[in-house]
Amino acid sequence: MKDFFDFLTLSDANVRYVVLGVMLLGASTAVVGTFTFLRKKSLVGDAVAHAVLPGICLAFIFSQVKNPLVLLVGAFLSGWLSILSIDFISKRSRIKADAAIAIVLTVFFGVGIMLLSYIQSTGNAAQSGIDHFLFGQAAALVGQDVFMLALVCSVLVLAVWLLFKEFTLVSFDADYAQAIGLPVRALEFILSTLTVLAIAVGIQAVGVVLMAAMLITPAAAARYWTNKLSFLVMLAALFGAGSAWFGSYISYSAPKMPTGPWIIIAVTVIAFVSMTFAPERGFYFKWLRKKRKANTTMDENILKIFFHLGENEKNGLVARSITQLQARRYFDESKMRASLKRLCRAGKVTENKNRWLLTEEGINESKRIARLHRLWEMYMSKYLKIPADHVHEGAESLEHFFTPKLEAMLEEQLDYPETDPHDKPIPYVKNNRS
Amino acid sequence: MSYSFWIILTGALVASSCALLGCFLVLRKMSMIGDAISHAVLPGIVIAFLISGSRSSLPMLVGAALVGVLTTFLIEFISKKARMQNDAAIGLVFTFLFAVGIILLTVFADKMDLDADCVLHGEILFVPLDLFTTGTFLDIVPRKIMILFIVFIVVVVALFIGYKGFLLTTFDPFYAVSIGISSVLWHYVLMTLVSMVTVVSFESVGAILVVAFLVVPAATAYLLTDNLKRMLVYSVLVGILSSVLGYGLAKQLDSSIPGSMTAVLGILFLLAFLLAPKYGLLPRKFVFKRDRL
Repeated sequence: MKDFFDFLTLSDANVRYVVLGVMLLGASTAVVGTFTFLRKKSLVGDAVAHAVLPGICLAFIFSQVKNPLVLLVGAFLSGWLSILSIDFISKRSRIKADAAIAIVLTVFFGVGIMLLSYIQSTGNAAQSGIDHFLFGQAAALVGQDVFMLALVCSVLVLAVWLLFKEFTLVSFDADYAQAIGLPVRALEFILSTLTVLAIAVGIQAVGVVLMAAMLITPAAAARYWTNKLSFLVMLAALFGAGSAWFGSYISYSAPKMPTGPWIIIAVTVIAFVSMTFAPERGFYFKWLRKKRKANTTMDENILKIFFHLGENEKNGLVARSITQLQARRYFDESKMRASLKRLCRAGKVTENKNRWLLTEEGINESKRIARLHRLWEMYMSKYLKIPADHVHEGAESLEHFFTPKLEAMLEEQLDYPETDPHDKPIPYVKNNRS
Repeated sequence: MSYSFWIILTGALVASSCALLGCFLVLRKMSMIGDAISHAVLPGIVIAFLISGSRSSLPMLVGAALVGVLTTFLIEFISKKARMQNDAAIGLVFTFLFAVGIILLTVFADKMDLDADCVLHGEILFVPLDLFTTGTFLDIVPRKIMILFIVFIVVVVALFIGYKGFLLTTFDPFYAVSIGISSVLWHYVLMTLVSMVTVVSFESVGAILVVAFLVVPAATAYLLTDNLKRMLVYSVLVGILSSVLGYGLAKQLDSSIPGSMTAVLGILFLLAFLLAPKYGLLPRKFVFKRDRL
């Protein structure tokens, strides 16, 4: 607990640098990554992240020092080269984009591994720790590094802030952006440059292998919560910074633990939670809404059976057993029972010894369903010229989706017809005709 | 037999199995799924290792095959049910599983002789040292070579038996379905094979460079021919060539052997990209221009 408190208050200067540095990285790569995600370039991001490795190694071989700025330049150059190679291969040959990405990713990474082992075999003392770029080693960040990180991150965030409108257009509708005279190619160039830059600094925290997640997963998670881009960017930054904080806390309290993988775990868990429980787009609530709609549809169908039986016998106020209902229209018994139970709770039917009777509210409701069905049949045969024996199917599904407003329009347009195309009377409730 | 021979043979076997399957991945535009699987089998390997307590190959194969199929399933689930765009779904799933694998490795580091280094670089150097101890003539063959050879045979046999299924579901899935060949079935068969090959290869060449062997020889062969059978043969030849030349390069530079093999693969691809008779950049530029005049 003391650990946690120490960590939270950032009382230790080293911890302060590491945590602030990593959170800064998490937030700014997420901001830039949002556009990578929206432009559907996630896997290109992955390739670039792997492809910076040879650049770092070459920069080290030529300079023989582990200066973060020099390594950053190397990473940046080879990252850019990989983007150009992917474009070139997929445009100038029959190789498709996915294979081009995989080729560039693996070949660059392979060359990187080759150079890395070459560096390690030369025995230069300064080389120790260069392999931290593979999985990231946030704990190794010191004051000087953090200063440079802060500089680069501010450039990233500032650039996105200044060119926000332009980036939005280019990401969502490049053709339109071109048509209104925006320099699309230049903007794409700037966006790619920012991405490479974000990756080049981000690998300090999570390493080349997992960098793609740092870039796109926060945005992918945030996407479930909002449709507004400015909000999306901020939320992604928040997720990025939050999981960076979590990752560095874990490796602070258990020093053997690598920071990068824990950051990725945190941000992916956020993504899983988002895709499940986000109110609008999460699949749990989507599934729930679907189930509710299925339930109301079923309930309405049951009420309609009551109506039809009552109409045939000219008496709607008869209690019916499940078998009687099934004889009119067959549904699975367990489903019917569940539905009748719901209707009981809603006060639309009452139960007495396994027989069910419509209440007044239930009668009105059942008439409404039958009316909608018949009105829509009428509309289809009158305006869409569909033969009377073909209109039932469409009405069967649409009757569950009409809103009161649509119902009123339908009635008005058809001028309150008395009967449907099958010459069945259309039931109106009193006060319904106003 | 000599030490170098076994290493080159290991590389050649890995490259051949990967290349054969890679042809179908490239043709189905699923290269990045191969990439995803090769990262994602890591937790499967670690868990199988923890359960079985050994590095013996059967539990690992099963573990990896399960995780491989789980990966494809997860990607499909996230992109279909949760409606995430496909590229992001792939990126999200494999980075997550890989991170889980790395963390498991760190947590159980003292319980297993497997570490992050081995995952990235592979341990091809140790292949010739691990011999069978059966007391028969097999004892001169390294254990790993036997396993790689068996997997290679499995891949060849699977492709031979399922050739028609793979061919049809790759080029014309609708027609395949219409004559009763399930494209889902063959999809999962392919994914299982890819996971299997990935897991037996990763110890030798590292989890990430397996992808190089999956995609680059196949893509190179794709530039050289329009005929699937030829493409399969060419890709295997490219793979073997890269193993031989890569070993030589690694010897020269005293560098990682799988890394060097990948570098050679890159060069071979570049040559095909520039010079392939029909689809190369230069022949198209000069030869076809002259034809048009």
